[in-house]
Amino acid sequence: MTALQEKPQAAVPGGPPPRRRGKRATALAGTDKLVLGLMLGIPAVVHLLFVWIPALGSVALSFSEWNGIGGFEDIEWIGVGNYVEIFTEYPRFWPAVQHNLIWLVFLLVVPTSAGLLLAVLLDRELRFSRVYQSALYLPMVLSLALVGFIWQLIYTPDGGLLNSVLGLDKPVDWIGDSDINLYAVLVAAAWRHTGYIMLLYLAGLKSVDPALKEAAALDGASSAQTFFRVTFPVMKPVNIVVLVVTVIEALRAFDIVYVINKGRNGLELLSVLVTDNIIGEASRIGRGSAVAVVLLTISLGFIITYLYQVFSKENRT
Amino acid sequence: MVRYTPGSTPLPHFGRRAMLRAMLAGAGVAAASGVLSACGSGSGGDPNAVTFGNNLSDQVPKDAITAALKAFEGQSGGLSVTINTKQHEQYQEQINNYLQGKPDDVLAWFAGYRMRFFADQGLTGDLTDLWGKIGGNYSDALKQASTASDGKQYFVPFTNYPWGVFYRKSLWQERGYAEPKTLDELVALATKMKSDGLVPIAFAQKQGWPGMGTFDQLNFRINGYQFHVDLLAGKEDWQDKRVKEVFDTWKRLLPFHQENALGRDWQEAAQSLQQKKSGMYLLGSFLGQQFPDAEKDDLDFFPFPEINPEHGTDTVEAPIDGYMMAKKPANSEGALKLLEYLSTAEPQLTYLKSDSSVVATNKDADTSGYNSLQKKAAEVIKNAKHVTQFLDRDTDPGFASEAATNGIIEFIKNPDNVDSVLKGMADQAKNIFK
Repeated sequence: MTALQEKPQAAVPGGPPPRRRGKRATALAGTDKLVLGLMLGIPAVVHLLFVWIPALGSVALSFSEWNGIGGFEDIEWIGVGNYVEIFTEYPRFWPAVQHNLIWLVFLLVVPTSAGLLLAVLLDRELRFSRVYQSALYLPMVLSLALVGFIWQLIYTPDGGLLNSVLGLDKPVDWIGDSDINLYAVLVAAAWRHTGYIMLLYLAGLKSVDPALKEAAALDGASSAQTFFRVTFPVMKPVNIVVLVVTVIEALRAFDIVYVINKGRNGLELLSVLVTDNIIGEASRIGRGSAVAVVLLTISLGFIITYLYQVFSKENRT
Repeated sequence: MVRYTPGSTPLPHFGRRAMLRAMLAGAGVAAASGVLSACGSGSGGDPNAVTFGNNLSDQVPKDAITAALKAFEGQSGGLSVTINTKQHEQYQEQINNYLQGKPDDVLAWFAGYRMRFFADQGLTGDLTDLWGKIGGNYSDALKQASTASDGKQYFVPFTNYPWGVFYRKSLWQERGYAEPKTLDELVALATKMKSDGLVPIAFAQKQGWPGMGTFDQLNFRINGYQFHVDLLAGKEDWQDKRVKEVFDTWKRLLPFHQENALGRDWQEAAQSLQQKKSGMYLLGSFLGQQFPDAEKDDLDFFPFPEINPEHGTDTVEAPIDGYMMAKKPANSEGALKLLEYLSTAEPQLTYLKSDSSVVATNKDADTSGYNSLQKKAAEVIKNAKHVTQFLDRDTDPGFASEAATNGIIEFIKNPDNVDSVLKGMADQAKNIFK
C-alpha cells in the first residue's frame, strides 16, 4: 500500500521499542499498565489543557463582549452578536477572508509547481546540484518576519531595488498600492515556500523506485509520460504532505504582513484581525475570538478531511 | 520509500501544530493574564526596593533612564530600584494584562485618554496627594493632561515633544523660502517648491499613524482644541460638516504631499527631508533621529500655520510620556518617592542627554543645555494655550487603531470618497462610544 503507513514502522528509530514494550505489557500487567496509563494520560492531560481547553474557551469567549479588564464577572454574554457583527459590519473581515483564500490558491499553484519543477531538475544529478539545493532552500531558514524585512528593501518606492531595476518614470508603490501589494507579498512568501516544497519533492523523487521508471521506459513511455503517469502518482504521499503544509502555511500567514504594515491597506488576513482585536488596550476579545473561531473552523475542515483520508486508508489494509 | 520517511512521520504534527497555533491565537488570552502577570517580577514587599516598569527598550534611552534611576538610589537613603524593561511595542500590547497582574510599583505610560482609560477602571494608583507636592513643577496644561475624569491625578509627566512642520534651514535660506503664517501662504510656498523640483511635503503612512498627525493639525486649526477633544471622545459626529472641512482642506494639500505614502515608513520620508529632496515634513520632533549629528542644527520647525483666525495657532500637539503608580504597589512609600524624584528637573535632564528630540516637562528645568531645536520646542509648548496628545493618545485605542487608521488610509487612497470614509468612521465610532 501507500508508503504512508509503512514509514512509521520502517524508519522511525523509535519503531522497535514500542513493539518490545507491547510484548512486555501483556506479560507484566500491573506496573506496566500503570506506566502505560501515565504515558498516555499525561500527554492527554497536557493536550487537553493546552489545546482543547483554550480552544473551547475561545469559542465561549466569542459569544461575549469583554475588553480584557476585570474577571469573569465583567464578561457580558451577547450570544451570536459578534458573529453578526463580523459578518455584516466589520469592514476588514471579508477582505481578510478573501486574502486568505487568495493566499491559499497562490501558494498551492505557484510555489508548488515551481518547487516540483526545481526538484525534477535537481533530481537529474546536475553538477553542483547540492549547491543549488542549499541556495534554494536557504530562504526557508529565515523567519517570515525577516523575509518581510528583506523584501521591503526590494519593494520600497524610494530607491528600492525593484523600481531601480525596472527604471520606470513613475515608481510603482509595490507595498502601498492595495491592488498589488498582496501579490507583491505573496511573491516574497512564495520565494520562501518554494524551497520547502522543492525539498519535499526532491526527497519524494529520490524515493521513487528506479525500476518503475525503467519499466516505463522499456514500455516506450516518453519522459513526460513517465513523469505524469508513473512518478507523480507514486509520490502521492508527498503530494498530501505538500498540500497539508501549504494549507497550514496559508492559514497561519501573519508575520510577513504584520511586519510590513500591520496587515492593513490590502494586506488584511484573519490572523491579523485576531491579533488586532485581542492585543493592546481596549481590546475586543469577543470579536477577536469570533474571528479566531472562524479560522479554527476553516483549519478543522482541512484537518478533518486529511485525517479522514489517512485513517480510512489504514483501516482498509 | 524509506528515504522519504523523515518528511512523512511528522505529518500529523503539522496538523496538530497548526491547530494549536490557531487556537492559541484566539484562546491564549484567557490563559495569558495568568502567564503574563508573572513577568513583572514582584519584589515581595521589600521595604528598600522599588520596582520600575520601563518601556524604553532601545539601548541609548535605556542607559539614560538607568543613569537617572541610579542617581535616585544615591540620594534616596537606601532605596534600590529594580528595573524591568520590556520592548516598547510589546509593553503597550501587554499593558492590560500587566496592569491586572502584578505591575511594577512605578510604570511608564502616556498622558491623556490612554492614562484616563486605566485610571477610570481603577487599575492605577491615585497620585493626587503627591501632586500637592509636585504640582509646582508643572504648567496647568500638563496637570490637565495628568488628570482623569474624576478630577484626580494619576500620572507624572516626564518628557514631551512637539509636532510641527520641520525643514532644513540651509535649504530654505538657499531658496529664499519663508515660514508660512497662513494656509494660503503654505499653499503658495508648496506650489513654489513644486516648481523648484522639490517634493513640497514629505509624507509617509505605511505605519498607519503618521497621517493622524496631519489630521490633528488641520482639525484643531480649523475647529479648535475643544472640538478635537470632543470629537475624539466620541461626543461629536464624524459626519459633521466640520470634520468634512478638515478632509476637504487636506484634499487641497494632498497634491503637495509625497506620492506613494502608503508604501513608505516615516523614517524614509524623514530621510528625503534630510537629503533635501523634500521641502518640509509635518511630524513630531523625533524626526531628528533620522539626521546625522552634524546636521541636527540645520533642522528647524514652525507650528502648523493658522487656518481659522478664531483659533489661530493656540494649540500644539505635544505628546507626554511619563509614569504612573501601580494600584497596589509593593512599596508605596518608595514608589511615591521615586515619582516625586522623576518630576524634578534632574532626572529629566539626565534622560535628555540620550534623546535630544524631546524636552523636559518640569517647567523649571534648566534649558541652557538644550540644542536650538529643543529650545524652540520648549518655547512652542510653553506658549501654547492648549496641548493635545495625539489622535491615538486622545481617543479610544480601539477606535484609533481600527477606524481612524483605516479611515485615513482609505482617504489617502481615494481622496474623493470623503463621504463614505466618514460614514464608515462615524458608524464605528457609534459602535465604540456607545
